Amino acid sequence: MTFYLLRRVAILLATLLAASIVVFVVLQVLPGDPAALILGTGAREDTLAALRHQLGLDAPMWLRYARWLGGLLSGDFGTSFTYHVPVAELVRQRVLVSLPLALFAILLSTAIAIPVGVAAAARRGGAADAGLMGVAQIGVALPNFWLGLLLILLFAVRLPWLPASGFPGWDAGLWAGFRALILPALALALPQAAILARVTRAAVIDTLGEDFVRTARAKGLSRPAALWRHAVPNALIPVVTLIGLQFSFLLAGTVIIENVFTLPGLGRLVFQAIAQRDLIVVQDLVVLLAGSVIVVNFLVDLAAAWIDPRLRRAGA
Amino acid sequence: MTALRSRNLILGAGITLLMAAVALVSLAWTPYAPTAIDIVHKLAAPSLAHPFGTDHLGRDVLSMIMAGASSSLSVALIAVVVGAGLGVPLGAFAAARGGWIDDVVMRACDLAFAFPALLTAVMITALAGPGAGNAMLAIGIFNIPVFARITRGAARSIWAREFVMAARTAGRGDVAITVLHVLPNIAAVLLVQATIQFALAIVADAGLSYVGLGTQPPNPSWGRMLNDAQTYIWRAPLLAVFPGVAITLSVLGLNLLGDGLQDWLDPRLRRGR
Repeated sequence: MTFYLLRRVAILLATLLAASIVVFVVLQVLPGDPAALILGTGAREDTLAALRHQLGLDAPMWLRYARWLGGLLSGDFGTSFTYHVPVAELVRQRVLVSLPLALFAILLSTAIAIPVGVAAAARRGGAADAGLMGVAQIGVALPNFWLGLLLILLFAVRLPWLPASGFPGWDAGLWAGFRALILPALALALPQAAILARVTRAAVIDTLGEDFVRTARAKGLSRPAALWRHAVPNALIPVVTLIGLQFSFLLAGTVIIENVFTLPGLGRLVFQAIAQRDLIVVQDLVVLLAGSVIVVNFLVDLAAAWIDPRLRRAGA
Repeated sequence: MTALRSRNLILGAGITLLMAAVALVSLAWTPYAPTAIDIVHKLAAPSLAHPFGTDHLGRDVLSMIMAGASSSLSVALIAVVVGAGLGVPLGAFAAARGGWIDDVVMRACDLAFAFPALLTAVMITALAGPGAGNAMLAIGIFNIPVFARITRGAARSIWAREFVMAARTAGRGDVAITVLHVLPNIAAVLLVQATIQFALAIVADAGLSYVGLGTQPPNPSWGRMLNDAQTYIWRAPLLAVFPGVAITLSVLGLNLLGDGLQDWLDPRLRRGR
């Protein structure tokens, strides 16, 4: 296990480094001079040069990369060109919206999908199975931003139960903040739950055919006991892996969903920063989001290896 | 279960053909010009003259949905062609060479998967300029690692088979074996993946045009229509329904088609499903 862990950590660090290089290079080759953007089109060339120097934009590329990476590691994300505040502060405020939203959505999706998937597998071939999987087939096809609109239509326009958009901030109270996240979290969670339920069903059906489940039944274990104690735990690996992958979808999904519900999260910030060519904010946000996807995938691999020791062998 | 499987295939193929037909017809004919503004009849409820009603500028929603089908399907189609066109050769090359080349290609794919596709597509289209062309490219780029990985995985299992050994002993080179033996044997897997990616590309295109980065007005797109509909959701809720149904129906058709194709083309997978 120690060797396995060391190997995985080395791969993790190399991947994070590579991701930061990719983000830096891609954003530096794209057109747009931040100095010209800040000073406007009428700026004189020497003023522009002075500002570029002040922002450190005239240094060679590798030095700028090293400074940026060094800053990231020490918690200094640079200063936004448009907001004139540290990027770290901007990110801190927005994470408090996006992270609870993503976690809420993942919890909802898992809480819906696993019982549905297991129930369908247990009644495989029956009417309940066909019904649940038919609903899941449609759920998979629903774009989350349209589902968001339908939820607004249903629970904000028709039935005035929940806010249609906006976020009051956590200062307004936990419940007020939570209420604003219910519809967006549902919109994100339901299509993911449909995918997860299908995978759970297939995985449980696979393990139900294994010898150890048959042995458990032969020992006299009841059908539900064999299902929950032997089949379901052994079906968890693909399910856990998929939950990890869904994190990446959810992060990307928040970009659009936060626009549907006008939530002041990371997704909205990415948009505003791109529109204002606030390069350092875009660069930091993309590397943070990619970095968190890499770290989550790493944790999911570890969780899978913890559940199933066979996966710890090198090459896994 | 055979009946259920062929039902997926028939239903999926039917829906997909219907959407493709609508897209093709819209190139030649729509009930009204999809861009024709008629402010007097704005936000009209569905009627005989306008079966799906009209939007906030009085444009005919049915005509816009039809024209939206052709823009959405063509963006998605080209995105998949770009992804497969670059990803399949890359994956086949990695599988044929093996060793460190294979490692490098696969690590690069892993790295690409770390970037949430839609987020990066948003970034690319926003910085390179919004529009249908850049949307195709941005979505296409994310299909490259998907196709590379699946091609490589499937191709490697073919490379281990006896008939490939035989071809090698007969003096065939890597390229000839890949074209003559490997690709025909993995075509089914690739076709199934292509339908899945096509469906994902439709959603991605709708998402990009919803936030204003895809197909630009006055050209109609389903995502843009949903965005406009949100503004008028209190007065004309139906406007938010039709484009969403069009997106969902297209995606559902392609997913069913993919499931059906998979079962039909690969009988070995016919267990437990």
